[in-house]
Amino acid sequence: MKKQQNKPFNISDNNFEQCVKCTVCTVYCPVVQVNPDYPGPKQAGPDGERLRLKDPNFFDEEALKLCLNCKRCEVACPSGVKIGDVIQAARIKYSRKRPKLRDSIMANTDLVGTVASAFAPIVNTTVALKPVRQIMDKVLKIDHHRIFPKYSGEKFETWYRKHAAAQQQGFSKYVSYFHGCYVNYNFPQLGKDLVKIMNAAGYGVDLLEKEKCCGVALISNGLIKQATKQARQNVRALRKSILQNGAPVVSTSSTCTFTIRDEYPHLLGVKNDDVRDQTELATRFLFRLIDSGELKLVFKKDYTTRVAYHTPCHMEKLGWSIYSTSLLRMIPGLKLVQLESQCCGIAGTYGFKKENYETAQGVGQPLFTQIENTDVDYIVTDCETCKWQIEMSTSGKVKNPISILAEALDVEATQKLWQK
Amino acid sequence: MKFDTVIIGGGLSGLTCGIQLAEQGITCAIVSSGQSAIHFFSGSFDLLGKVEGREVTNPLESIKMLPPSHPYQRVGHHNVERLAGEVPRLLARAGLHFSGMAEKNHFVLTPMGTMKPTWLTLEDFTCFEQNGELPWKRATVLNFKGFLDFHTLFIKDGLTRYGVEVQTRDIAMKQFEAIRRNPSEMRSSNIAKVFDAGDALNQFAEKVNELTEDADVVILPAVFGLFNTTVTADLKARVKKPVVLLPALPPSTPGIRSQILLRQRFQELGGTYLLGDIVQEGEFKEGRLQNITTANHGDIKLEADHFVLASGSFYSKGIVAGPDKLYDPIFGLDIDGESDRSQWFDKQLFNDQPFMHYGVKADEHFRALLNGQPIENLYVAGSVLGGANPLKEGSGAGICMVTALHVAEQILQ
Repeated sequence: MKKQQNKPFNISDNNFEQCVKCTVCTVYCPVVQVNPDYPGPKQAGPDGERLRLKDPNFFDEEALKLCLNCKRCEVACPSGVKIGDVIQAARIKYSRKRPKLRDSIMANTDLVGTVASAFAPIVNTTVALKPVRQIMDKVLKIDHHRIFPKYSGEKFETWYRKHAAAQQQGFSKYVSYFHGCYVNYNFPQLGKDLVKIMNAAGYGVDLLEKEKCCGVALISNGLIKQATKQARQNVRALRKSILQNGAPVVSTSSTCTFTIRDEYPHLLGVKNDDVRDQTELATRFLFRLIDSGELKLVFKKDYTTRVAYHTPCHMEKLGWSIYSTSLLRMIPGLKLVQLESQCCGIAGTYGFKKENYETAQGVGQPLFTQIENTDVDYIVTDCETCKWQIEMSTSGKVKNPISILAEALDVEATQKLWQK
Repeated sequence: MKFDTVIIGGGLSGLTCGIQLAEQGITCAIVSSGQSAIHFFSGSFDLLGKVEGREVTNPLESIKMLPPSHPYQRVGHHNVERLAGEVPRLLARAGLHFSGMAEKNHFVLTPMGTMKPTWLTLEDFTCFEQNGELPWKRATVLNFKGFLDFHTLFIKDGLTRYGVEVQTRDIAMKQFEAIRRNPSEMRSSNIAKVFDAGDALNQFAEKVNELTEDADVVILPAVFGLFNTTVTADLKARVKKPVVLLPALPPSTPGIRSQILLRQRFQELGGTYLLGDIVQEGEFKEGRLQNITTANHGDIKLEADHFVLASGSFYSKGIVAGPDKLYDPIFGLDIDGESDRSQWFDKQLFNDQPFMHYGVKADEHFRALLNGQPIENLYVAGSVLGGANPLKEGSGAGICMVTALHVAEQILQ
């Protein structure tokens, strides 16, 4: 009722009626220019939605699943139409197909991660073998060019309990860390870096109660029931941390953050209003503390590096790259180049699929060229799948801004500032 | 987050103001709710094309005939002359080269095959001294097969009236077959991307040469050079006959290129461009705007010494018409416009529509008014100002850029 009082009549949540057909979105769609089978964001989104509302038979599964869900159309739209949401919501609403075995495997990052971590040395060696990659290509249609991220022998959660949990006692302020699957199963070092920085800044780091995968891969692969279940579990955990324990939640992945904040309510209908504002990227959390004068970071005098920042699509949508780049610019010995914001093409599990390999690499090509033409030590970005794509497709090495901060930070000097 | 100046609106006005300030060492942020109307750019900027229905020869002289409430009159005749002279230099520093001058309008050919007076024309396009005198006997209008956004018969009809004999032809090439498979995406920007990528231009130029041996001029849609700025010049060098480009339906290729170059210039000068974010409200204290809240940044507010409202007119939601009132959706500033809905429009569609003149009220220093009082540090620039009918006058771009530079000068004082 409230909505009808404050808004014009018949305005849907994704605002598709506001589309004025200006076609600006199509200019910035990374898919349309490399794959003509994709009808483009305007046609697949608001235009198609008009037809689908009249008759669901207008739903074209094969065409709509070519959307990367990068949301660059939404960033470009001057009329506030949530074009990406319109497309993803249509896939959820109308799709009758059951996900393939391959898609289910790739989407279940928690299950696969748990098994693979237990047998990490074997799994890492096996999936790196050419014949194995050829078989996966033929049988599962996972493109043989893809190099799987290595699994870590020890999960981040295990490390945390063994080596970090005890040191988290005695802080006056806490955050909870949503580490996500990548940190837990593939790259615990990033989580260790986060703990190091937050502790230096005067914050103890807790884990969430029963953290589940954010579910972004489940959503994109059509496993909506499971995604919704995990979203509910995560929101329960967020509520406990934020509302009961007073500990805001930080993450080091732009996509996990974006999914929890925006895809939960928009696509899965899981309400998060009471915790959304306090669920954010660690770089934004730190920026706020520094900007308001509550925190000062001291950096090592002898640290020097040259980096280029790549804006992941979901970071572009959040509008938050300024937090990560502002923190990086605070490091005296760091020289920062800002890359023109372009999609890398991988879009989570999309680029792993054999049928999407060419599109993914075509989409990423302009970014790869930019990177090859930039002379830096590291590419810095807030997204793990961008990292895999860039490291596979260019000669660049990729780091998360939190890892760069952890390298550059003078922990003792920073702690002294608030301990006295 | 603290800046010297925060500009609300990332279109022609906001970017012009931001570049001018950033060139003077001011730390600026621009908040833009999406891509701007520069994507509809025809290739020319108008200063003043018509006054009271009569074509203008010298815009600087004709400005004196405008009502005192018109933005040009409020900027002042001498200031307009000075600032209009500054505009092409500012654009050139961003890599956008225009010809034309404020003392005398030149003419350009429109996609209807007619001619219109204008102030500045991008180097891709062709300028004419006089209206109606075309230097050709025979013209060939070429289009891409399957491209629906360029209407060759309109051009033919128009040019025939000027006494030019016109042939229309289509060109098909295998490089464009892929995008043709998707008729709704056979757009100028996608054609431009094919040329940007490299190898199509040589072959295209050869085909053009074959098809236009007996013509004095080749007319083509302006679909060259989106991200690659040298494509238009390359094309003109390879085609033997003079090439005249005409605008296709938007999104405009030269427009997108212009938007990108202006935004890059602003960022290279240290400016922060926040795209896809919406300003929700402001906090006022003792007649000053303290900070603004945006959708993306939430509790991290954008603070500044000065703010500029360059949020556009109705189309960009700089002002909004509700069922019974006009309002500025961000701050609720005073609106210069009728409160009675029945006075908003004239039932004769082609008459000068009153609503076109509506905008945010500003004092003589272009500071916005709230409840009758000027906000000391909130300036208004561009089409959100009102006081003009850009459509009738041919004055939209001129007002955007001249008022943006004027406001920048107020801030720099």
